Amino acid sequence: MNNSFIQINNISKHFADVKAVDDVSVEIKEGEFFSLLGPSGCGKTTLLRLLAGFEYPTSGNLLIDGTDITALPPDKRPTNMVFQNYAIFPHLNVEKNIQFGLRKLGLSNDEIDKRVKDVLSSVKLEGYEERFSNQLSGGQRQRVALARALVRQPKVLLLDEPLGALDKKLRDEMQLELRTLQKNIGITFVFVTHDQQEAISMSDRVAVMNDGKIQQLSVPNELYKNPENIFVSDFIGETNFLKAETKSSDGEFINVSIEGLGEFKIKNNLNIAANSSDVVCSVRPESMMISKVKSDWDICLDAKICQTSYLGEMTRFYVEAKGIDKIITVSSQHFDNQSFENNECFISMSLEDISLLNKK
Amino acid sequence: MIVFWRKIYAKHDNVKAYTLLSPALILVILAMAVPMALMLSFSMFTQVSMMEIDYTFTFQRYIDFFQKNLLVTLLIKSIKISFLVTLITLITAYPVCYYIAFYVKKNKMLWLVLLTLPFWTSYLLRVFSWKIILGTKGVINSSLINAGILSEPLTFLMYSQTAVVITLTHAWAAFALLPLYVSLEKIDFSFIEAGRDLGLSRFEVFWKITFPLSLPGVIGAILIIFIPTVGDYVTPALLGGTDGRMLSNMIQAYFGKINNMPLGAASATIMLTTVVLITIIVSNVTKRLTQRLT
Amino acid sequence: MNEKNSTLLIYTLLYFGFLYVPVLFLPIFSFNDANYMSFPLAGFTTEHYEEMWSKRNLHKALWASIKVGVVASVVSTTIALFAAKAFARYKFRGEKISYGGIMMPFLIPEIILAVAILVIWVNLGFKLGLVPVTIGHTLFCTPFAMLILIARIEGFDFSLEEASRDLGENAWGTFFRVSFPLYLPGIVAALLLSFIISFDEFILAFFLTGSDATLPMYMWGQMRFVQKLPHVLALGAVIIVFTTFIVLLAFWLRNVGQGKAKKDIAIKL
Repeated sequence: MNNSFIQINNISKHFADVKAVDDVSVEIKEGEFFSLLGPSGCGKTTLLRLLAGFEYPTSGNLLIDGTDITALPPDKRPTNMVFQNYAIFPHLNVEKNIQFGLRKLGLSNDEIDKRVKDVLSSVKLEGYEERFSNQLSGGQRQRVALARALVRQPKVLLLDEPLGALDKKLRDEMQLELRTLQKNIGITFVFVTHDQQEAISMSDRVAVMNDGKIQQLSVPNELYKNPENIFVSDFIGETNFLKAETKSSDGEFINVSIEGLGEFKIKNNLNIAANSSDVVCSVRPESMMISKVKSDWDICLDAKICQTSYLGEMTRFYVEAKGIDKIITVSSQHFDNQSFENNECFISMSLEDISLLNKK
Repeated sequence: MIVFWRKIYAKHDNVKAYTLLSPALILVILAMAVPMALMLSFSMFTQVSMMEIDYTFTFQRYIDFFQKNLLVTLLIKSIKISFLVTLITLITAYPVCYYIAFYVKKNKMLWLVLLTLPFWTSYLLRVFSWKIILGTKGVINSSLINAGILSEPLTFLMYSQTAVVITLTHAWAAFALLPLYVSLEKIDFSFIEAGRDLGLSRFEVFWKITFPLSLPGVIGAILIIFIPTVGDYVTPALLGGTDGRMLSNMIQAYFGKINNMPLGAASATIMLTTVVLITIIVSNVTKRLTQRLT
Repeated sequence: MNEKNSTLLIYTLLYFGFLYVPVLFLPIFSFNDANYMSFPLAGFTTEHYEEMWSKRNLHKALWASIKVGVVASVVSTTIALFAAKAFARYKFRGEKISYGGIMMPFLIPEIILAVAILVIWVNLGFKLGLVPVTIGHTLFCTPFAMLILIARIEGFDFSLEEASRDLGENAWGTFFRVSFPLYLPGIVAALLLSFIISFDEFILAFFLTGSDATLPMYMWGQMRFVQKLPHVLALGAVIIVFTTFIVLLAFWLRNVGQGKAKKDIAIKL
């Protein structure tokens, strides 16, 4: 398997004085489900469009399967794209939409028919051949767009926030379907989204982007458990940031003074400098525990509940804890908003759940 | 090699755009810019005799123009008539636009289409129609005489400046309506309601809120009416008589019977310059007015 | 905004009357059995129409106008289509100047345009006739067609073109298979309106045609003679009906397909 199937080498794209993509380099593996994740304006869609050929890079080059495609127009690239608004041709029915890209491949009519039939069944739209775009629901249009791109059997499928316009339930279903589909076909997917849950649940690897740069590129677990900087830590899931100062270093560990809580030994994954006040500690709400009695965890604090958010499957508690001057979020599947009568509680955290990050 | 060109083409939106634009630009340059430049240079020549033209450059034609009482009068008259037409058209059309913008809820498009429909018919025919209406034996006079209101026909209605003004007010009305309507339509009615809420009278609301906000449309309308009217030929020719003659009639004569192309070209250039100057003045004045009012 | 303003309504309706009266009178009087057009109407007759139709010069002029109109509208619409695509789709340097330049023929008094073209044409040694008229009309119609097409293209979903490129079509293929079919109603509207503009245009024809008259020039010739008045009215009435019909058709086409692209009928899955 080709580990650098798609090579993005020092790609930059400037629009006037805006650096939409700033010197990005990535290698995407063959057959991988790869996501570009980030907020609006981070450059993820621009990067995708650079891969598709709709934008021309200001500098850098792109290779797919060893071939330099940088100067190739979109119609000559081995990629196909599923557009955010689906871009279904309104003057053609579903069947003609899907057939559209097959004309230039020089296939026999039988071969074309077969491919169209196969792809329609794989997106579960058999029987919809005669319908037009305005007779389809959002979800159906999305599948037509998918089918139309897949039927050409591209080397790479590019997806530009394809699930953004769907309602939540449909979106969850489609996420599963897409993932299964990708595994069955084996095509490399490059998927753009701003929804971190989506990215984490579907992808083999995720590149988190902001300000045109890649902030972190890892498998989903790593992104979640070991974020490398504040942006990623804040963007993926939820977290609490605590003021900190590093003291002396101790091999793999480093002594950190956390707010008003004292000094603790934290694992120094990112090689952060000793004696620095340019650092911050991050701890996720779901890794903390809220309780009615004191616990024996590494850190246990008295706290008072200010607000709760009942979400059904869990409850979020917004607490004021002794020694910390901002509101801490703790989530619990065990207790809910009715559990604490006089709003007094204890919150606990374990040292191995605290991440040390540079303040950038 | 192909790769090189591909890179350049892909890289530059400018190239793509100008490739598409080139036929239009070529057309405009060849059919308008070059001819107008030539016309300008022609205005510097002298018509020596029926067939001969002296090609030495001279500004004499322009001096000739301003020395001829008739020409200067016609220029001033053309400007005056256009100004009058613009004013009257604006004032009469404004309430209609106001009505459609603020009081019509359904089928606004339909009203606009109906309003502009007459203007797609031949201009020539419409002027001709006015000739029938305003003439001494025409509709107005014959109806009024038959009804006993008049004993003699109103002569000022035909072959006069009045006839020209009336006809031209009709001719350009639709084109004034459109920009006016567009800018009125954009005004958020809540501004007007806020004005009333704050105690302003209906008139004050109009003068202090609505009208200033509609100024872009007013300017658009002014320019759309004024510019073509100054150079109008058909209306003064058909029903202007001597009183209602305008500069373009003279220009046509210079290119026709009188055969003095250079002087005709000079007159046309002067007309164009006047139009451009007035356009610039109007835009600047209104720009400043809008700035003061906002 | 619940008030009804009846004063304004009445005024508006009166204004409508003012606008339509000249246009309506022509057909009315074309059936009038008299040489002078006054109230009250004399008898009803269709003889003016028969008379009109018998004139050979009229046929020649009509044919000339049609020829010029077809050529001018096709050429100007084509040119305008490409130009409109450039303005609607790309941001580029010199955009405003180019736009102003192409709109210019629209913005200066027609007589100046006519005179300018006359000067260069004659000095190049060419004869006046239908050719310079066609050139002038093409120049004059292009801004018009461009306005219509820009509006049309701006409402167009560009990701459709990108999708086509992505699916393997080159620029030309994309144009023929995707853009053109979707632009078609707008294109036809532009064609029709350009044709009408050329058909009715007088000044450019007046200055630039030699002995080949276009229809407006024929009418101009006839208008000067009182006894010819009635059949000019008949001709005028026919033209009015014809142009109104075409214009309504063009307006309808202009809006066809635009609404569809924007409507989203979401049927629940």
